[in-house]
Amino acid sequence: MRKLAMLLIVLLLVAGGGFWLLSAPTRLEPQLLAAAQPGDATRGEAVFWQGGCASCHAAPGASGDARRVLAGGVQLVTDFGTFVAPNISPSPQGIGGWSFEDLANAMMKGVAPDGRHFYPAFPYASYARMQVQDIADLHAFLQTLPPSDHVAEPHRLKFPYTLRRGIGLWKRLYLSSQPAVTLAGADEAVKRGQYLVEGPGHCGECHTPRDGFGGLDTSRWMAGAPSPEGKGVIPNITGGEGGIDSWSAQDIAYALESGFTPDFDSLGGSMADVVQNMSHVSAADREAIAAYLKAIPAHPNGYPATR
Amino acid sequence: MQSSRLIALIPALALALSAASAATADPITERQALMKDQGRAVGTVTPIMKGEKPFDAAIVQSALKKLNDDAQKIDAATLFPAGTDKGDTTASPKIWEDNAGFVAAIEKYKADTAAAVAADPKDLESFKTAFSQVSKNCGTCHQTYRIKKD
Repeated sequence: MRKLAMLLIVLLLVAGGGFWLLSAPTRLEPQLLAAAQPGDATRGEAVFWQGGCASCHAAPGASGDARRVLAGGVQLVTDFGTFVAPNISPSPQGIGGWSFEDLANAMMKGVAPDGRHFYPAFPYASYARMQVQDIADLHAFLQTLPPSDHVAEPHRLKFPYTLRRGIGLWKRLYLSSQPAVTLAGADEAVKRGQYLVEGPGHCGECHTPRDGFGGLDTSRWMAGAPSPEGKGVIPNITGGEGGIDSWSAQDIAYALESGFTPDFDSLGGSMADVVQNMSHVSAADREAIAAYLKAIPAHPNGYPATR
Repeated sequence: MQSSRLIALIPALALALSAASAATADPITERQALMKDQGRAVGTVTPIMKGEKPFDAAIVQSALKKLNDDAQKIDAATLFPAGTDKGDTTASPKIWEDNAGFVAAIEKYKADTAAAVAADPKDLESFKTAFSQVSKNCGTCHQTYRIKKD
């Protein structure tokens, strides 16, 4: 009896230790960060709009120049609970004290300067594919933005999602800097589009269905998905049934720029905000995104029929 | 005697029926037709916005007028009565949760289309300015008050 109890304790300790080791935060290799040149704020502004930072981190409902004040406060109401986007302006309440290395570890490894895991509502599983130089430039740009002293509310999550340490296991499954799809014979535009879509643009976070553990199902990349915010769907943007095969590359680029689809409907929901970001992105980059979307494998809708 | 009285009733009955059908015309169908009509107006100026066709003051002014005419027809109370978030619609429940906000968004759209018509743009640059003032409303309103279904 005593032996059995001892065995149980040992097993629990081993399991607990194993969990603790496997869920530990990991940071970027220092030499990868050391290779970056000093950040260029002008280039960083381009990265800022490609990355869509303002969509979550500007105050709710902000428009025009107010989208440059990254006060936080936008609420994402999901099945896991409500996430509240934090203040990332250059202030003591924001990330004013963060170094470039801190920003890179947050965006590419989902690790805060104090070592805690960020929740993947912050799309670092996409940003992990970014070039370190882009992060350096973004860091320089973020410092030029107006500070805000707003303190965003804490997240309101359901158990067990309140336990951050477990995110370490999720990262082991889903955090990778590898491309989401392999495209044979991709030209320069397609490659650039792949970088923008899979990395900073983090399009897959909404347009790709998730598996049972909340990771993106890359076998149905961009096939559309139930809306992460509960109501409605995010459309299929592959060439498969239900998707956008009938759209030309020019149609896609124009929709990103103007918000109008080829049948002159206007893009709504969270995509309305993406259009605001994309209107700041260069025409060449919008065309690259379009070229990439025309090149990815076709899939039928990644969500069940709703009617 | 009886039949002649019945015959006399027919026009009155027909009138009553048509009045009833006008009053109960499906607001979902009606508002969708109005939206489609605005989409068509946008379609007539898209080649000019894209630079595929040269600027034409007559075409753009007629599109702006069409958008303004349609905008003025949008009435939240009759086209979006309570309960019409059910059915074949992509209207978001937010329309009724924040009806004051929805009404304000419609008023802004009406004011912006009227201003665009008054601007009567005579060159591409001023048209782009006027049109973007109008088309911003599409995204803003659809962002909050529409839900994509499939």
